[in-house]
Amino acid sequence: MADTFEIQELHVNIDDKPILKGVNLVVRKGEVHALMGPNGSGKSTLANAIMGHPKYTVTSGRILMAGENILEMDTDERARKGLFLAFQYPCEVPGVRMSNFLRLACNARAGHDLDVMEFYSKLEEKMKLLDIDEKFMKRYLNEGFSGGEKKRNEILQMMMLEPKFAVMDETDSGLDIDALKVVSRGVNELRGPDLGILIITHYERILRYINPDFVHILVDGKIVKSGGPDLAAHLEEHGYDWITKEADPVEPTRGKS
Amino acid sequence: MTATGEQILRGQYKEGFHDDIKAVHKVPKGLKHEVVDYMCDVKAEPDWMRAFRHRSLDLFTRQELPAWLPGLRDEIDYNDITYYISPVDKPANRWEDVPEEIRRTYDKLGIAKEEQKLLGGLGAQIDSEMAYHNIQESLTKQGVVFLSCDDGLKQYPEIFREHFAKVIPPEDNKFAALNSAFWSGGSFVYIPKGVKCDIPLSVYFRINAEQFGQFERTLIIVEDDAFCHYVEGCSAPIYTTNSLHAAVVEIFVKKHARCRYTTIQNWSTDVYNLVTKRSFVDSRGVMEWVDGNLGSKRTVKYPSCYMIGEGAHGEILSLASADKGMWQDAGAKLVFYAPNCTGRINSKSISGHGGRASYRGLVQVNPQAENCRVQVNCDALILDERSRTDTYPTMEVDGDLATVEHEASVSNVSEEQLFYLMSRGVKKEDAVSMIVNGFIEPIVKELPMEFAVEINRLINLQMEGSVG
Repeated sequence: MADTFEIQELHVNIDDKPILKGVNLVVRKGEVHALMGPNGSGKSTLANAIMGHPKYTVTSGRILMAGENILEMDTDERARKGLFLAFQYPCEVPGVRMSNFLRLACNARAGHDLDVMEFYSKLEEKMKLLDIDEKFMKRYLNEGFSGGEKKRNEILQMMMLEPKFAVMDETDSGLDIDALKVVSRGVNELRGPDLGILIITHYERILRYINPDFVHILVDGKIVKSGGPDLAAHLEEHGYDWITKEADPVEPTRGKS
Repeated sequence: MTATGEQILRGQYKEGFHDDIKAVHKVPKGLKHEVVDYMCDVKAEPDWMRAFRHRSLDLFTRQELPAWLPGLRDEIDYNDITYYISPVDKPANRWEDVPEEIRRTYDKLGIAKEEQKLLGGLGAQIDSEMAYHNIQESLTKQGVVFLSCDDGLKQYPEIFREHFAKVIPPEDNKFAALNSAFWSGGSFVYIPKGVKCDIPLSVYFRINAEQFGQFERTLIIVEDDAFCHYVEGCSAPIYTTNSLHAAVVEIFVKKHARCRYTTIQNWSTDVYNLVTKRSFVDSRGVMEWVDGNLGSKRTVKYPSCYMIGEGAHGEILSLASADKGMWQDAGAKLVFYAPNCTGRINSKSISGHGGRASYRGLVQVNPQAENCRVQVNCDALILDERSRTDTYPTMEVDGDLATVEHEASVSNVSEEQLFYLMSRGVKKEDAVSMIVNGFIEPIVKELPMEFAVEINRLINLQMEGSVG
């Protein structure tokens, strides 16, 4: 129990429109799962609903983290319990210095004020690993960051906050190959028996650098197929058409996730 | 009153207490020429000042309020205000000599502590008069003068008369006329040629009396190549009636001199704060106003730089926070009379709990002011739907080759920003205060450390619970 992140029969609406229609998924610590799916299948909705974005309404179902239903918690409480979301579009917060923000977040996660020296030496180490310049810390949170810098910043935060379960929402989108390698290096470094990861992606590309243990395919708000890493390779070769036909031969899904 | 009432209950406006302080001099209420005479007698002023005051009072009665300034005529009963209350006969220059009851007030405000922080000089005004005024000996030796404005008139009559009311004559506006009639207290600062007064001169203004008008007058003269940083703060008790604060601040920045004037205004929300602040900036001089408005019921204040010498630079950083029951009508003016000058206005306002923040600005480039560059940024942050923000920029550009840039923005604390910060474990209240503090950061970082900390504290208190 303590080692699982479990999504049970999750139904989620946006503005009364059903997007997720009964998602079931279990991620154990130490595992890396990939959730793939065509545009509009509900991938980002799942990521946002897991973190508790107010725009997404959970109409039924449960999400259990270490046995606790996190749907009863506010977003910040979920985070303090060890849940992390790497955003597809990290938002800019002008005037808030990276260093101040990270310290506040790490203190909140730890539940007490961390030793300043320890904090900075850990930060320095992680920044080096992610090829992040030290000037980064003096900049304002995501303000004026390039796409690659924003994504690297997400991974840096993930490394600093040491979550139990992490959801990565299209972290690969908009990254060139070098940035993708750096980001993957960070994730692989984090990978281990204390962390469960759910990678949400449209393309198989990132999975060449971060090998998943399991791959799931989401179509029209439901997981229609689960398998091993070879499933991702199959998708890369054949596209999503065969699976959408298999899942719902009459109505291919449309719209934005 | 309601907002402050709540603040008091929650212990927020910690300056809102009232002390019983016995007045040495107090005049009957109302706009009367007899009051002017009484003040001139008590202060033993020269005849020219007496005539100036009487003329100013007539001007005030005759002058109309500008049409763009609504409400103030009907809201304030000028005959229900006391124009002169003095708890002391003259300012003490040793803290021990300040009457004990007044010292107690300042202790509560933490002003005595300020003194220990190695300021260049400290002044403390209560109601109409300065209770304390002192300056470090090292500065006196360099010829720096830091006195109450009244003592400036007595001890340096020539310099005083040469500069007084030259930047802001009583004809300038109705409240300048009112100040000119009843002025009392404030500072007289003289920085001799080439002297860099690096440590700030600081003054704290306190209104203690009820239904009272405080009219301090400040005159700062920074001679060629000199520097001075003047810092002022203010507060008042909470009453159910209104008080009036109409100050006039005149500054001369002479050739290649620099002056920075920092204000943290934190009046209680029954004070009308109607202030005229202006400086003349001579060749290659630099004037910087850092103007923080956090309190008052209504503030009407537009610190101004008049560039009168070639290559002068004027800069105004304005920060306004309008909570419930407040209208911060703040802004800035840059007026160019000489070529190759530059100016910058950076204004940030926050409105919450139904408060209103307005930016009102003037950029005027006169025909003789060729090749001037001006940059104006004004950003507003609105925390809820009940609050309001307005921008009233005026640009009059007649000089050739002028570059004038104006950028304005209005923003909210966005759901996305809150979600992002909360997804990192930050509590909602902390996330809101991070966003608000981030918004004002470009101005707060210009403030002396203690002020920056205090501003962040006050704004966080004001904004508590304002994002639903």
